[in-house]
Amino acid sequence: MSTANLDPTLNTHGAHTAEHEEEDHRMFGFIVFLLSESVIFLSFFIGYTVYKTNITDWLPAGVEGLEVREPLINTIVLVSSSFVIYFAERFLRKENLWGFRAFWLLTMAMGSFFLYGQAVEWMGLPFGFTDGVFGGTFYLLTGFHGLHVMTGVLLQGIMLGRSFLPNNYAGGEFGVEATSLFWHFVDVIWIVLFILIYVWQ
Amino acid sequence: MSNASLEAIAAKSGQPFPGAPNNWQRFFTFSTDHKVIGIQYIVTAFVFFLIGGLLAMVMRGELITPEADLVDRTVYNALFTMHGTIMLFMWTFPVLNGLANYLVPLMIGARDMAFPRLNAAAFWLVPIFGTLLMVSFFIPGGPSQSGWWAYPPVSLQNPTGNLINGQVLWLLAVALSGVSSIMGAVNFVTTIFRMRAPGMGWFRMPAFCWTVLSAQIIQLVGLPALTAGAVMLLLDLTAGTSFFDPAKGGDPVLYQHFFWFYSHPAVYVIILPVFGFFSEIFPVYARKPLFGYKFVVVSSLIITILSAVVWVHHMYASGTPSWMRMLFMFSTMLISVPTGVKVFAWVATVWGGKLRLDTPMLFALGGLVCFLFAGITGVMLGAVPFDIHVNNTYFVVGHFHYVIYGATVMGVYAAIYHWFPKMTGRMYYEGLGKLHFALTFIGVNLNFFPMHPLGLMGMPRRVASYDPEFAYWNVIASLGGFLLGVSTLPFILNMISSWVLGKQAPANPWNAIGLEWLIPSPPPVENFEEIPIVVSGPYGYGSHEPLVANNPAGELISEHS
Repeated sequence: MSTANLDPTLNTHGAHTAEHEEEDHRMFGFIVFLLSESVIFLSFFIGYTVYKTNITDWLPAGVEGLEVREPLINTIVLVSSSFVIYFAERFLRKENLWGFRAFWLLTMAMGSFFLYGQAVEWMGLPFGFTDGVFGGTFYLLTGFHGLHVMTGVLLQGIMLGRSFLPNNYAGGEFGVEATSLFWHFVDVIWIVLFILIYVWQ
Repeated sequence: MSNASLEAIAAKSGQPFPGAPNNWQRFFTFSTDHKVIGIQYIVTAFVFFLIGGLLAMVMRGELITPEADLVDRTVYNALFTMHGTIMLFMWTFPVLNGLANYLVPLMIGARDMAFPRLNAAAFWLVPIFGTLLMVSFFIPGGPSQSGWWAYPPVSLQNPTGNLINGQVLWLLAVALSGVSSIMGAVNFVTTIFRMRAPGMGWFRMPAFCWTVLSAQIIQLVGLPALTAGAVMLLLDLTAGTSFFDPAKGGDPVLYQHFFWFYSHPAVYVIILPVFGFFSEIFPVYARKPLFGYKFVVVSSLIITILSAVVWVHHMYASGTPSWMRMLFMFSTMLISVPTGVKVFAWVATVWGGKLRLDTPMLFALGGLVCFLFAGITGVMLGAVPFDIHVNNTYFVVGHFHYVIYGATVMGVYAAIYHWFPKMTGRMYYEGLGKLHFALTFIGVNLNFFPMHPLGLMGMPRRVASYDPEFAYWNVIASLGGFLLGVSTLPFILNMISSWVLGKQAPANPWNAIGLEWLIPSPPPVENFEEIPIVVSGPYGYGSHEPLVANNPAGELISEHS
């Protein structure tokens, strides 16, 4: 083994303090966490698929199927918000704080609209959480995803508040990047969920 | 390059944060020092090991006679459930996390883990969910009785009708344990990927760090499946859903898939770091480089990958279609190839070496022997026709106790003795250590070997009473069990008295090669005064190549000690 084999991509900032290194690794750690989180959704999706293909009387008595129109509008809003948050992040990188705040707030509004639409849909449904495996999986999947959307909006609120602190967010910020990545994650999960639950009926 | 010898640096005060106590009291604080957290993990886990062991000895006391006379049958059900749960979730995972926490940053030349506060939070969840599980002994209806798998519909029974019952507390504890493990896994993976010292390329990393990485990747990818299953089971129990309740159209076998998709790989989460201990310890005490280093470390990753596709071998008798059984029989057999590579490499490492039979080496050799035996019975169990024959018998119990006690606990003991001088700055008493080894090795074989003939004769597991024809082997097993209980006494005595009164340990008492042996014992707070620059691979025994560029004290090991 050659002794000159010093890989330049390796960590070479040994002189930094432990606090400094923690800053550097947060994004990596967050991505690792998201990978793990996606496996929970994957497990639920696989469970849903197994149930759907194996259970003979899948829909509870008196239920014809799910209305697709409103959820589709919801989907379009949520997916678009992923682009909006991308522009917000670009504004922040160009150090245009007001542009960032405007687009960031728009993202939050779209996320809240999604949650509102979800709540309206839930209240109008003729079946509940305990109505068979169909009811259970429907509310479990949409509810667990909804919790993530809610978390995303809350995180966005914190980041928006922090943007008003003086001298904050100069040259990008881990919290903003992580929140934005989380938002894209929540979005992609919803697309799979929408296809599984609403499109595949 | 500095001219200051790392050896010459006096051990700085061990304060994990400014103003923290620099004595035993620091182990009771929310310390963010990975070394303090490591020892917190190890000691907490050992307390639970003793609790789980006491439960096991009550069970062996019950099984010493064929009748159910010592404890009630429902108590017996609770005993084996809690024994399994405590030993897996509160002893093996935490103790291995503790050792990895202590050793990985030292071995890769880092000052701490990537996220020290997350690390501390992950540890402090352990006493919390441990307490939660212990509380279930004192609530109406007692603890969960559905075994550590918690298969529905058995686990869905709720005879007391209370919302807070043993099964609910069990599920909450397991879920919290999962949260703690995920936090730990994110931390380990980030640390190993991002914080290696300059020059420590992947193939210069000690084998133990490779096994920790492989094990923690399993945690990241496998554990969420169990979390999903546990959430659904909890909802079935508390909110009235019917995911797993066959009476209401649910699918109990799906739970088994969720459970084993994580819980079989969990066995590799347990055994992989132990493989790492073997790979670290054999070269030191045989004075030879680890044979086939690259094969050994890559085989860890191959085990990680294969572990994701073997889980159904726990479900051969769950109405699994035969094509699926064939497929999983094949993948299960396949996993014996990378493990075989490792066993071969360890034997080749020891072969022809200048063996030094100190306590860590004895435990490592004993662990290797037990692992080999467990591996052979494991391949037997992987074969569908044989497994159907011994399904749910003591043969299975014997097999996994050889893995989990014979290989894992002995490997953990080996690691604790090997790194004890580094962690405490004191030497342990060799005589007590050897006594501990003798009692443990004899106890393991006396306790767990008889389970194999019992299983072949058809004795089912998880029963409080049995046919008198099984009495002979059961008496032997029970005596072995009590011996294992006794074996912890010299260990506890040794650890406590050595830590307080033992001889001062030098920086490198074993003449071992590794970054952790270049710094004082115990290591100062941020480990390395100057981050080492690694210039050669691990295990350079006999090569006289320096390990790091900035250690002017030169090679500290001598082959003629």
